[in-house]
Amino acid sequence: MKKKFIIIDFFLKHISMFFAYFTLLVIAGLFLVLYINSKDAISHFGFFSFITSNVWSPAFDKFGGLIALVGTFLTTVISAIIAIPIALGIAIFLVEICPNFLKTPIGIAIELLAAIPSVIYGFWGLFYLGPLIEKYVQPLFNSTLAKLPVIGQYFYGYSSSVSLFTASVVLAIMIIPFTAALARDALKITPDLLKESAYALGATKWETISKVMFRYSKSAIIGAVLISLGRAIGETMAVTFVIGNQDSLPTSLMSATTTVTATIANEFTEASSHLYLSSMYLLALILFLLSFLLIIGSKMFFLRKTGN
Amino acid sequence: MRKRKIKNYIGLSISTISAFIGLFFLFWIIVSLIEKGFHYINWSVFTQNAVSPGDEGGGLKFAIFGQLEVVGLASLLGIPTGILGGIYLSEYGKDSFLSNIIRNVSDAMTSIPSIIIGIFVYALVVVPMGGFSVIAGSIALALLMIPIVISSIDNILKLVPNELREAAYALGAPKYIVIFKVVAKEAIVGIVSVILLAISRILGETAPLLFTSFNSNFESYKLNKPIATLTVTMYDYAMGPYDSWHHLAWAAAIILTFSVLLFNIASRLFSYWRFSR
Repeated sequence: MKKKFIIIDFFLKHISMFFAYFTLLVIAGLFLVLYINSKDAISHFGFFSFITSNVWSPAFDKFGGLIALVGTFLTTVISAIIAIPIALGIAIFLVEICPNFLKTPIGIAIELLAAIPSVIYGFWGLFYLGPLIEKYVQPLFNSTLAKLPVIGQYFYGYSSSVSLFTASVVLAIMIIPFTAALARDALKITPDLLKESAYALGATKWETISKVMFRYSKSAIIGAVLISLGRAIGETMAVTFVIGNQDSLPTSLMSATTTVTATIANEFTEASSHLYLSSMYLLALILFLLSFLLIIGSKMFFLRKTGN
Repeated sequence: MRKRKIKNYIGLSISTISAFIGLFFLFWIIVSLIEKGFHYINWSVFTQNAVSPGDEGGGLKFAIFGQLEVVGLASLLGIPTGILGGIYLSEYGKDSFLSNIIRNVSDAMTSIPSIIIGIFVYALVVVPMGGFSVIAGSIALALLMIPIVISSIDNILKLVPNELREAAYALGAPKYIVIFKVVAKEAIVGIVSVILLAISRILGETAPLLFTSFNSNFESYKLNKPIATLTVTMYDYAMGPYDSWHHLAWAAAIILTFSVLLFNIASRLFSYWRFSR
């Protein structure tokens, strides 16, 4: 009897241990598989000329990642500029302004919206938001911002239902609920004692929010923002529908371009040559490293204060 | 004093307004989805298959059952694996250095772009097998599930009071009985909630399926053949040129959104039940 227990215990311990360590195996495997498959592209083009070359030509078997990387960078940054203030506004509203009986329903609604699959956001952007942007926002831009000297050209465009701008807006709408939920949890950790002390000193509500709560949860909020950026950088479906998938550098907010994820999603199964496929593995490797570093970085930043 | 008061009002108004802008956008999505897509839902969507391109009518039967097959198989692969991994972290590894590394890595893994998991499985499963397949799609989704399940199970089991474990040990129970009959029993509602949450997370995943289970026009549920799924079908139809395809894509969007929300809400109900007991 006793022996049976020991044997089962031994197996349970080691099987469960294997599955726990399995995640480390997957991460290492991911890196290795991407690296091995992208080696040909690296040796053929060179890493630095790959990321600085804007030629993406399957016909001539010449590939450079600049267009996709710039697209990814721009969509991520523009969507962050739109999403972060709104998400922080929602977080402040939920923690400090909203009447108590509304806190839970609004909070749950936001978490549910964060659960909606990204393919739905992309789909909605293509059939609903994109045409609206083409009809209303673009003429507005053309008649106002586009008339400005020097920077005006970056707002000018035509038939821009699918564009850098549409993709960034869709991406922003997608990460708002996610960022808001994280920022809300970050703001919530401020102890009541600190808030009460601020009020006792005669601080206004806004001063308490901006000088006490934000300062207290600064690192958690930065962590939340970085995790959201990590999500935006690797997002595929929300972007692929509405970026236009054009292998050219964007000349304005309203022009179609591509991103790392959109290029991979559209062309991976159609790659006609070994070098073509290998170049896409290299793009994936760069994306993997960027997002992984962003997440690990934010986790370390995040954990440093909330951990103890 | 007045200046500070004005600043207070401006700050509070700006955050309230931005909150309402954000909330407006989010509800707009749901409302416009229902408004534009709901009338494309009818029986034939569930009972018929695709007709030849451009023809009116047809349905998503294959895609719906294909989605169920891929997600079902992924759950069979991913959930037990993740639960065992979580058990290890909470019951065996505890606070050891390596366990904490696993916690951080699996936490980070939940944020890795899902398309990269798709490429990984393409290289490891699709290329050696010589073609797209159900099993490849399921493995990709399972890999997305495992880290989610591991970290949530780890957190839930940690909430089980240590006295319960000690009481069971004192009665002479071996460790596996303590884990399965005492700890898991105590946490069962939470475990169900985690399972539902993990399913709701992978139900709408599209990118990892693009290069693994791919898509197919021939209704076949064999594990080694490509298969149609709701998400990939929706993507292909939306990008296609025909109005009838777009209508089916709207129907797919509605079905997908509501099934994800259903699983998510069910998971929440279980987790509230856990805390209210």
